Amino acid sequence: MPNSDPHLVQQADAVRLFREPEGGAGVAIRATLKRDLVLLMRRRSEVLNPLVFFALVITLFPIGISPDPELLATIAPGLLWVAALLAALLSLDSLFRSDYEDGSLEQLLLSPQPLPALVLAKVAVHWLLTGLPLALMAPILGIMLALPAGSYAVLALSLALGSASLSLIGAIGAALTVGLSRGGVLLSLLVLPLYIPVLIFGAGAVQAAIFGEGVAAHLAILGALLAVALILAPWAIAASLRISING
Amino acid sequence: MWAFIHKLGSPKWFYGISARLSPWFWAAAALLIVVGSVWGLAFAPADYQQGNSFRIIYVHVPAAFLAQSIFVSMAIAGFVFMVWKIKVADMAAAMMAPLGAAMTFVALFSGAVWGVPTWGTWWMWDARLTSMLILLFLYFGVIALRGAFSSRDSASRAASVLAMVGVINIPIIKYSVDWWYTLHQPATFSVTSRPAMPVEMWVPLLIMVLGFYCFFIAVTLMRTRSEILRRESNKRWVRELAGEVT
Amino acid sequence: MSLRLQARKLACERDDRWLFQDLDLDIHAGEIVRVEGPNGSGKTTLLKILSGQLADFDGELYWNEQPMRRTRQDFLANLLYLGHAPGVKATLTPLENLAWYQALAGEPDDEPARFAALAAVGLVGFEDLPAGQLSAGQQRRVALARLELIPRALWVLDEPFTAIDRDGVADLEARLAAHARRGGCVLVTTHHELADTPALRRIRLGQEARDAEL
Repeated sequence: MPNSDPHLVQQADAVRLFREPEGGAGVAIRATLKRDLVLLMRRRSEVLNPLVFFALVITLFPIGISPDPELLATIAPGLLWVAALLAALLSLDSLFRSDYEDGSLEQLLLSPQPLPALVLAKVAVHWLLTGLPLALMAPILGIMLALPAGSYAVLALSLALGSASLSLIGAIGAALTVGLSRGGVLLSLLVLPLYIPVLIFGAGAVQAAIFGEGVAAHLAILGALLAVALILAPWAIAASLRISING
Repeated sequence: MWAFIHKLGSPKWFYGISARLSPWFWAAAALLIVVGSVWGLAFAPADYQQGNSFRIIYVHVPAAFLAQSIFVSMAIAGFVFMVWKIKVADMAAAMMAPLGAAMTFVALFSGAVWGVPTWGTWWMWDARLTSMLILLFLYFGVIALRGAFSSRDSASRAASVLAMVGVINIPIIKYSVDWWYTLHQPATFSVTSRPAMPVEMWVPLLIMVLGFYCFFIAVTLMRTRSEILRRESNKRWVRELAGEVT
Repeated sequence: MSLRLQARKLACERDDRWLFQDLDLDIHAGEIVRVEGPNGSGKTTLLKILSGQLADFDGELYWNEQPMRRTRQDFLANLLYLGHAPGVKATLTPLENLAWYQALAGEPDDEPARFAALAAVGLVGFEDLPAGQLSAGQQRRVALARLELIPRALWVLDEPFTAIDRDGVADLEARLAAHARRGGCVLVTTHHELADTPALRRIRLGQEARDAEL
């Protein structure tokens, strides 16, 4: 790059080179949402596998216990919730793994944008393509387990609300184990105990709907759990990713 | 305050001060536990409902207290390590985890033994036992996570974060399990909602609880001291201590 | 505004082994700093510390004479880091990859600029193929296109010449020199010998660590 007055050019270019930190967090979050959606839509099996797993696990129970509709009806709320929870857990391991392996994760961490907001976008995509489909699919499996009428809407609603908390809490575990070569089983060990409150109130909501008791209280508590998870989890996920990237 | 924290953070200083403190805690623990158990097992009156089998409370309750307190201490130590980068705090946290898991196991086991005369079975999904079981899994998680990393620094930070996440969840888990229990078994006898104990019963219990706490502090000091020596084994002051350099 | 990255008494211990100790650095605009040393001497670790990824070290970092803790946002807004892994998603096309990086950096969405950046690294005609179908060297070029696309003063590059063919190496070396001439600053580790220029400075790691052990 030969030039007659290098000093002048240097100054002109320097104006372009140096920048003050600017906004653009919204743009970055939207781009991350879009990127993760596109990525998952191109690997559709990753979206479908948890759903198939959910249906399969539900199929195992009548075979393992009894096809008696009355018996199935009493345990259906718990079974549906536990199976959905396990299906959501199954998909968590891949949440940050490919980003970690191809180096995008360190780029995400070095972005001048707030990391908790960026990881929240990733978790939102995970919920949108795992938790929400599971919630929508659950009523169909409910029919197969002779789930009493009147509880189907509550089942879907409680799963939709609860799985958002599951995605947020699970993402902390996924972030902590992403640097480990065999983190899968460890991830379940870390995350499952933390899932118990969500399971209690989620399955409780469906049971309350069957017995005609106050569903609203259960759903309100699920909402409260989600609010707490929304406030705290993004920070924990961001801190955990920073640890994992250190090796 | 700041200087004090950093002084406390120096492994060498901690090694010195803990050497002076730990005999006192050992002595207090031995004294309190002996007094508490003799009083509780031999002199406290039998329970009007459960007879002598209630005496297992003198092990079960202190262990359960300690199981929860150790998790909280571990999270606090993790927080101190993350914020002020004080390595001694992390060493202490690492040493507390197995002890906490052991105490949780003792609480679970004594609860199960207690269940035989009370409920006629080794296991009931009682609210307190269920919470204890979940706590045991939380301990396993922290221990397993620490063991999974090859870099010690990452292991320490990851375990600290998990302990902090866990400690926020413990009350939530506890309340939700209590709610779940009352929803499903409202009528059965529960050890958690006992009528007020007479003084002769709870004073030895208090002594036992204090004894267990002193035992916990003494063990943690001792284990942290050996962990300091292990981790600082190539530092000059440790080598001087071992007589390798003069 | 100037560019100055300083490190004072930098020391890093990895599992009871000092990678380096008492390292003082002062990096200015217009410099290409090559970090040298044998394998395992802590080159990557040093770059990660200097790019603000690792917090576990002793010593102090300064960006434009301010402690790094206080100016981290400003520092990150001026940093472009390329690590060992290219950070290119195999299921996305090069264009889509760059679009995400552009947004992440807070740059306006600019498709012609993305095409131009890919052309500059010799990827004309590959813009819309999934990156997974490209060769390792081409994937590395997609990552290098970020140097063209996103104007940043401080480049921290960890082994950027990996998997690149000879023409690409010459191009990249010229690009580094041009960046330094423009008032930018390059911090690089590489096994490739860089041509000596006035802008080039070398930092050697590994020697001190061995001396300390003796």
